[in-house]
Amino acid sequence: MLRKKRKTETRSGNGLAKSPTGIAGLDEITNGGIPRGRPTLVCGGAGSGKTLFAIEFLVRGAVEFGEPGVFIAFEETADELAKNVRSLGFDLDKLSRQKKLAIDYVHVERCEILESGEYDLEGLFIRIAHAVKSIGAKRIVLDTVEALFAGLSNDFILRGELRRLFRWLKDEGLTAVITAERGVSTLTRQGLEEYVSDCVILLDHRVIDQMATRRMRVVKYRGTIHGTNEYPFLIDKQGFSVLPVTGLSLEHQATSARLSSGIPELDAMLGGKGYFRGSTVLITGTPGTGKTSMAAHFVDAACRRGERCSFLAFEESESQILRNMRSIGLDLGQWLKKGLLQIKASRPTLLGLEMHLVTVHQEIEQFRPRNVVIDPITDFEAVGSHGDAKTMLLRIVDFLKSRQITAVFTSLISEDTTPGAAEVGISSLIDTWLLLRNLEQAGERNRSLYILKSRGMPHSNQIREFVLTNHGARLIKVAIGPDGIVTGSSREALQAREKSNGIANEQSRQSRRRSLDHKHTALLARLKALQSEFDAEANAVMTDIEQEGLREKHAQAQRSRLVQSRTERSRRFTPVKDDGK
Amino acid sequence: MKKATKNGPDGRNKTQSRTKSKRASGEDTHRSPELWELRLYVAGQTPRSLTAFANLKGICEEHLAGKYHIEVIDLLKNPQLAKGDQIVAVPTLVRRLPEPVRKIIGHLSDTDKVLVGLQLRPRGLE
Repeated sequence: MLRKKRKTETRSGNGLAKSPTGIAGLDEITNGGIPRGRPTLVCGGAGSGKTLFAIEFLVRGAVEFGEPGVFIAFEETADELAKNVRSLGFDLDKLSRQKKLAIDYVHVERCEILESGEYDLEGLFIRIAHAVKSIGAKRIVLDTVEALFAGLSNDFILRGELRRLFRWLKDEGLTAVITAERGVSTLTRQGLEEYVSDCVILLDHRVIDQMATRRMRVVKYRGTIHGTNEYPFLIDKQGFSVLPVTGLSLEHQATSARLSSGIPELDAMLGGKGYFRGSTVLITGTPGTGKTSMAAHFVDAACRRGERCSFLAFEESESQILRNMRSIGLDLGQWLKKGLLQIKASRPTLLGLEMHLVTVHQEIEQFRPRNVVIDPITDFEAVGSHGDAKTMLLRIVDFLKSRQITAVFTSLISEDTTPGAAEVGISSLIDTWLLLRNLEQAGERNRSLYILKSRGMPHSNQIREFVLTNHGARLIKVAIGPDGIVTGSSREALQAREKSNGIANEQSRQSRRRSLDHKHTALLARLKALQSEFDAEANAVMTDIEQEGLREKHAQAQRSRLVQSRTERSRRFTPVKDDGK
Repeated sequence: MKKATKNGPDGRNKTQSRTKSKRASGEDTHRSPELWELRLYVAGQTPRSLTAFANLKGICEEHLAGKYHIEVIDLLKNPQLAKGDQIVAVPTLVRRLPEPVRKIIGHLSDTDKVLVGLQLRPRGLE
C-alpha cells in the first residue's frame, strides 16, 4: 500500500537541501523541491488552491517520501479537510490512523475571546510541538496562519510571535508550507513575506475572456536557481499539477527512424520515406482543403503498422469523423475496435487551456500512444489569447517530443492569409509543415499541397494537386500549361489536348516519313532509268566504234591488196633484178 | 483586589489547583448562583502565568467567593489538553461553566475587562 519510497532529499549544485513536494511539475521548476528544513510561503487569492497545495505536499511527503506531516488548520476542521480532498484520492483519515499525518484544527474566534493583559502564543507552539512529536513529523503546514490576525487584536504581539514561530520551525528543522491570503499591494495581506523569506510561491486564479486559468510563479527562492515564469497549473482528479511536466530543458532525443504519412506520393516528396518519428507535423490549410483527411491517413497508416494512435478532435464528433473518413475509403472504425485508436472529441471552449493541456497529458499517460493527432489546434486560440495558445502548444510539443511521440496538428487559416504568416508563432516548433491550399481556376476549386518546410530531410519543392478519391487521398503532379500551373479539369483538358496534339504530330511525322520513302523509291527508279539509258547509249556507242574499226581494217586490207596487185603487174613488164634468187 | 503574593503557593500547585472559599460575599452574585468552573491554561511557571493566576484568584475571591473552582492546566506537562479548549495564546482563562464558554487571554491585569469577559458585569453598566 505504501508506494516505493523515493529519494527524500534532493540537492542542487550549491548544496542547498531540498524537499521534493511530489507535486507534478513543481519539483522541476524549483529544481528539486522546496527548501528543506525551512518555511516556504504559498500565497494566493481565495480559491487559488493554497490549501490543496499544502495537503498534497503533506500527503505526497507521507506516502511517497516517508516523511510524516502535520497539518495545522486555521480555517477548516479535520473532517472538512478530509472530505474536501477525498475526491482527489487522498485518504486523510487513513493516514492519520497510520500516524503519517496529524491534523490539528486551531480555531480562534474573536467574539469568544477577550484580551486582558499580556499574552503570547506559547499555547499554539505547544500544540504544534505536540503534534510534530506525536508522529515524528518532518513536514508541517500552517493553513492559514493569518486567521490569527482575525482572531487576535494585538498585532504587535502577534507579529512578534509569528517571527518566533517561523524561527522555531527552522530550528526544529521542519520543512514548512505556510499559506497566506494575497494582499492588495503586497504578496500577503499581513506581510508574512517579511518573516518567510526563503521561498515564496504565488498561486493565481484569474479569469481572462471568461475562461478561468490557474497560474503559479516562484517569486523567490533564496540560494538556488528556479524557473521564474508563470506556469499554468491545474487541479484535477489526480491533484495538483504544474505544467510543463517536461521541465525547462530542451534535450529530447531525435531519432532518424521514419514513418509513412499514409500517402505514398507524399512520402515520396519527403525524401521517399515520410516523416521522422517523434517529429511534429503541422498541416495548415484553408477551409475544406482536406486537413482532417490527411491526418486520418496518418492515423490509418500508424494503426496499420500496429501502433497506437490518439486522435484529439475539437471540431467533429467521433462518429462524424468515422463517417467522413469512410467517404474517402478510410475505415478508422476497425482500429477503434482493435483498440489501436482512441478518438477524444470535445469542444475547445469547454475547458480552459490548462485543462486541455492536462487532457492531452492524461490521454497520453493512460493510452500511451506513439502517435497523436490534434485536429485542429486553431481552436485553442478561441480559448486563450494567441500568446497563451502558443505557450500551451509549446508545452504539448515539448511533452510529445520528450516521449518520442509523432504528432500531427492541423491548423485552419483563412483564404487571404499569406501562408506562414498566421502561424509564425508556432512555426519554430514544427518540424514538417505541409500547406494545403485551394487553387481557383477555370471555374473550379482544386486542392493543392506543398511542403513549406521539413527539417532534416530532402523534400520536394513542387506543388502537387491533392485529390480525395473514394480510395483515399492521392497526390498528382500538377501540369504546367502555357499560363502557369493548371489543376483539375483544366489539367485534364490540357492533358487531353496534349494527347491529341501528340497524335496529330505523330501522323504528320509518319506521312513525312512515307513521302520521303516515296521520294527515295522514285529516286531509285529514276536512277535505274538513267542507268539503263546510259547503258543503251554506251552499247550503241561501242557497237559503232567496233563497226568503225572493222570498216577501217577492211579498207586497209583492200588498200594493201590494191598495192600488191599493182606491183605484180610492173614485174611482168620489167624484169626483177633478183630474179635469180 | 487581593494581593498576588498570597497565591504564590497555589500557583506552584500547577494542575488541579483547587481553591474554595466559604466566605459569603454576595455583592456580585446576582447573575449566577451556581458553581463557576474556570480553567486557566498556562505554559510553565512563568511570571506571567503566576500573575495571571493571582489576578484571577483575586477577582474570584472578590466576586465569586465560595462558588468557584479554578483548574490550572500547565500545557508543558499536558500539551494534548490544548486542543480541547482551542488554546492558542497563554495564559488563557476559560469559563467552562456557566455556559456559554468564554475565553479571556492575557495575564488578566485589566480587572474590568475580566469581569466583562466573565459576564460578572454586563458591558457598559458601570
